[in-house]
Amino acid sequence: MLDTIYALATGSLACAVSIIRVSGPHAAEIGRRFCSVELVPRVARYCVVRDPSSQEWIDSGVVLFFSGPSSFTGEDCVEFQLHGSRAVVARMLLALENEDGTRMALPGEFIRRAFDHGKLPLTSVEGIADLIEARTELQRRQALAQAAGGLASRARQWRDMLLEALALVTAEIDFADEAEAPTLVVLPVQAIVNQLAHEFRQALRDSDRAERVKEGFKVVLCGPPNVGKSTLMNTLAQRDVAIVTEHAGTTRDVIQIELDLGGVSVVLSDTAGLRDSIDPVEVIGVARSRQVMANADLLLWLSDGSQALGADENTERRLVIASKLDDAQDLPEWADLGLSAKTGFGITALVARIELLARAAVAGEMSLVTNARQRRCVEVASRHAERLVTDDTLALEIIADELLRCSRALEELLGPIGVEDILGSVFSRFCMGK
Amino acid sequence: MNRVFDVIVIGGGHAGCEAAAASARTGAQTALITQKIKSIGVMSCNPAIGGLGKGHLVREIDAMDGLMGRVADQAGIQFRMLNRSKGAAVRGPRAQTDRELYRCAMQRALSLCPNLAILEDEVTDLTLLNGRVSGLKTRKQDFACGAVILTTGTFLRGVIHIGDERVPAGRFGDQPSNQLSDSLLAAGFRLGRLKTGTPARLDGRTIDWSGLERQAGDSDPEPFSYLTRQITTPQVDCFITRTTVEGHAIIRDNLHRAAIHSGAITGKGPRYCPSIEDKIARFPDRETHQVFLEPEGLTDPTVYPNGISSSLPADVQAAFIRTMPGLARVGILRTGYAIEYDFIDPRELCPSLETKRISGLFLAGQINGSTGYEEAGAQGLVAGLNAARFVSAQAPLKFLRETSYIGVMIDDLVTRGVTEPYRMFTSRAEYRLSLRADNADQRLTPVGLEAGCVGAERAGAFAAKQKRLIAGRALLEGLMASPQQAELAGLSVNRDGVRRSAYTLLSYPDCSLDTLAPVWPQLRDIDSEAGRQLEIEAKYAVYLDRQELEISRARRDESVLIPKDFDYAAVQGLSTEIRMRLAGVRPESLGQASRIEGVTPVAITLLAVLIHKHQHSLAVNHR
Repeated sequence: MLDTIYALATGSLACAVSIIRVSGPHAAEIGRRFCSVELVPRVARYCVVRDPSSQEWIDSGVVLFFSGPSSFTGEDCVEFQLHGSRAVVARMLLALENEDGTRMALPGEFIRRAFDHGKLPLTSVEGIADLIEARTELQRRQALAQAAGGLASRARQWRDMLLEALALVTAEIDFADEAEAPTLVVLPVQAIVNQLAHEFRQALRDSDRAERVKEGFKVVLCGPPNVGKSTLMNTLAQRDVAIVTEHAGTTRDVIQIELDLGGVSVVLSDTAGLRDSIDPVEVIGVARSRQVMANADLLLWLSDGSQALGADENTERRLVIASKLDDAQDLPEWADLGLSAKTGFGITALVARIELLARAAVAGEMSLVTNARQRRCVEVASRHAERLVTDDTLALEIIADELLRCSRALEELLGPIGVEDILGSVFSRFCMGK
Repeated sequence: MNRVFDVIVIGGGHAGCEAAAASARTGAQTALITQKIKSIGVMSCNPAIGGLGKGHLVREIDAMDGLMGRVADQAGIQFRMLNRSKGAAVRGPRAQTDRELYRCAMQRALSLCPNLAILEDEVTDLTLLNGRVSGLKTRKQDFACGAVILTTGTFLRGVIHIGDERVPAGRFGDQPSNQLSDSLLAAGFRLGRLKTGTPARLDGRTIDWSGLERQAGDSDPEPFSYLTRQITTPQVDCFITRTTVEGHAIIRDNLHRAAIHSGAITGKGPRYCPSIEDKIARFPDRETHQVFLEPEGLTDPTVYPNGISSSLPADVQAAFIRTMPGLARVGILRTGYAIEYDFIDPRELCPSLETKRISGLFLAGQINGSTGYEEAGAQGLVAGLNAARFVSAQAPLKFLRETSYIGVMIDDLVTRGVTEPYRMFTSRAEYRLSLRADNADQRLTPVGLEAGCVGAERAGAFAAKQKRLIAGRALLEGLMASPQQAELAGLSVNRDGVRRSAYTLLSYPDCSLDTLAPVWPQLRDIDSEAGRQLEIEAKYAVYLDRQELEISRARRDESVLIPKDFDYAAVQGLSTEIRMRLAGVRPESLGQASRIEGVTPVAITLLAVLIHKHQHSLAVNHR
């Protein structure tokens, strides 16, 4: 029999309320043994909670009982909502430990059980993990869509399309001696495959955006040394995160902060000023700057006008900023924006501009593919679909082979398409059997 | 005094014949016991052998030196290679057969088997000793033996339905044998119920053939057996007629009288072989269905109307049949019927087809929930070989999914069980491109030689063909051409300066040995049989390499064996449902476990870790 698992479900103590969750075959019995009142499924009961072995009063609180399989994990579940005190929680966990067949849950074990009992597809599990980690509004929305089965439901559509294509091919191959078997299925199959390939392409394109929502829009402060990058960083962070001195080359390592700009996560990096140096530490710093700049979504190129702009930089994702400027009238021709970190001039305008660009970068349909594992599945499936789209000389059994590989690649997202599914589809569409 | 045999086969159908012959070929003293010797090898349903997937099975039986292919070659009266216009991997040989010729040829083939006794008797019970088969009882005497193979088809609670008439029976006109079935039931085997049907039989002398579409066989019939050089039996045509709106109306009006629709039948029928009343009920928009009129023999006037199996009352069947073109005045020799029967859940079996409950008892054919002569014969072969090996304490011979359709079928049956009569399709084989009808001998004859079930004649023929193939392949791989030379042969090749071998060029869509012969005249030395196979292999080469990679990956899971006494109940983290499914099948390997319905990849990962731990702890304990 499975262990009954328990754990503190809520965050750090002390706080107003803590929830201790129990799931497994003994959960109902534990509810009976700990609570002073009888628990009814899906009804909140306020009661005294006692340690059954000593009858000691632990706390009073609201207790919820969910009877399996209608619960989060699919098993019997009890949730104790007690005071968020370290002592209460410690005493409660100890009392649970002393029960028969119980143990503390491993990290993620509740959701794992939900997955094992078929309560959630894998993509939803991932969505929930992302939801817990979500820091901004957009991340929350994306994770929620995933948890609610966004990708899973699209994947089911893909599955239906693949099934239809496979049924057509299988009918022509395996029932060739039947009067009613379809012939020349290549054309309708090609139409389905074109649509699939198109959707895979789109999903992969969208996934770049999802990555940006999750990992944050990457903004890099860069430029020559001693133009005020670190001062600007501290201003934007509203605290001292970077060391600021009068000496050129003070910043050596990349410093990052995360900002929430209108619901979009923006990761701001301060980098070492770019110059040729003989100081080995600074040389490493400059190399790191270049690396961060290469992966940036937006470069904020700061300059005081004393040096010419590097022509090699990609200007599309670059804003040139005249630092140390106190008046809009003085904005030099080479700059997009001017500001002074010291007086605060231009900061609001810069933040608004960053937010605008960040929002544009993540705007559009909510992406379905949100992590590397999902992306890998769709990429492989896409390769097989593209192969079918580009080569129209393939023999029927080879088309079937590619379609099967395509569906196998998506198995991680949608569960296997078995031969019984394919045959079932054949028999429901065509009147077979002579 | 008991008569003593190594292996006793009960039943003389297609599974029984192959089982007895295979056991005897390996040298085991074998007996085949049947209720009626003259019924051995009878084709009880359609008069045809082979088809897509099924033809592959016949070739595989033949590659193991079994009987079905050679017998069908003697009895075949219309050969057709199905999917001839498609790729070689999905071509399937099929033949209409003369029912009488087939039966006689099978009986002759069995009579020539050394080590085989054929006895007419009725088995009444098995004798067990310590949970292991030690013999059996018949009406006439007692036998001692090391293994028993049960191939009794639909004898477990078989019931025939014609309209509302119900007759307990096995095959039409045979008595069901119920004493043996009682002791099987007592052993606690899990059972399921299935149904199948057969159409009426028509008198060909009363059919007006003049207006009917003719379907001819191939002009150059390709035999099933690798040993048959030439088909010498005369060839005939089939004809096609069709159902009519008028006929559909008759069926619709009488649907309530069909056993299947009146609720009298509870067993599940095959989706790929529905009765005519099913077709009409499920596809009401279709105004007509094709019906193939297949001769049952060269001299027998009986005609098998393929496509109209039925459990309607006799008068309705007759009225319906006579609405079809050419059949207005047809004489009906026998009414169609549905048969319902119990089968033993094949998940009760090991891949050797030995039951898990009774050691030394093997099951093959329809009793395992399959349908079709070819499926039965192939299981008979597996059971026969393994029963003989069991008696001589040899490890079972395992047929693999990646090397044979037989392996696919056995694994499907014992791992996934059945919900409808199991029939082979090429789509069941995930390695379809390498499991072809043309290379069954390459795949299996070496296995058969190793197992000692391949006779001298085939061994010699196979060795000679192998030699020709190897020489041909070496020749093709040794001949190199520049793009310019290839163009001379009419091939469009990238002008990249790369010299390609003749074998590589053969993989091009329009290239054959004939195309290359003008460039390299020595290619004409490759004989046509070897040449054909080399062409096919070259065409699939890229895909075969890819498949090879997958097979080696799959083999890793197959090689992780699960201990026989593995306690699934003690596995933490598996859902109850998955634990029950695993315990129900008791898979032999991690690979087999992964194919059980409802077993998730996560469960397999968990299982892999536990098996690893288990083995590790065993190793530690040994030290």
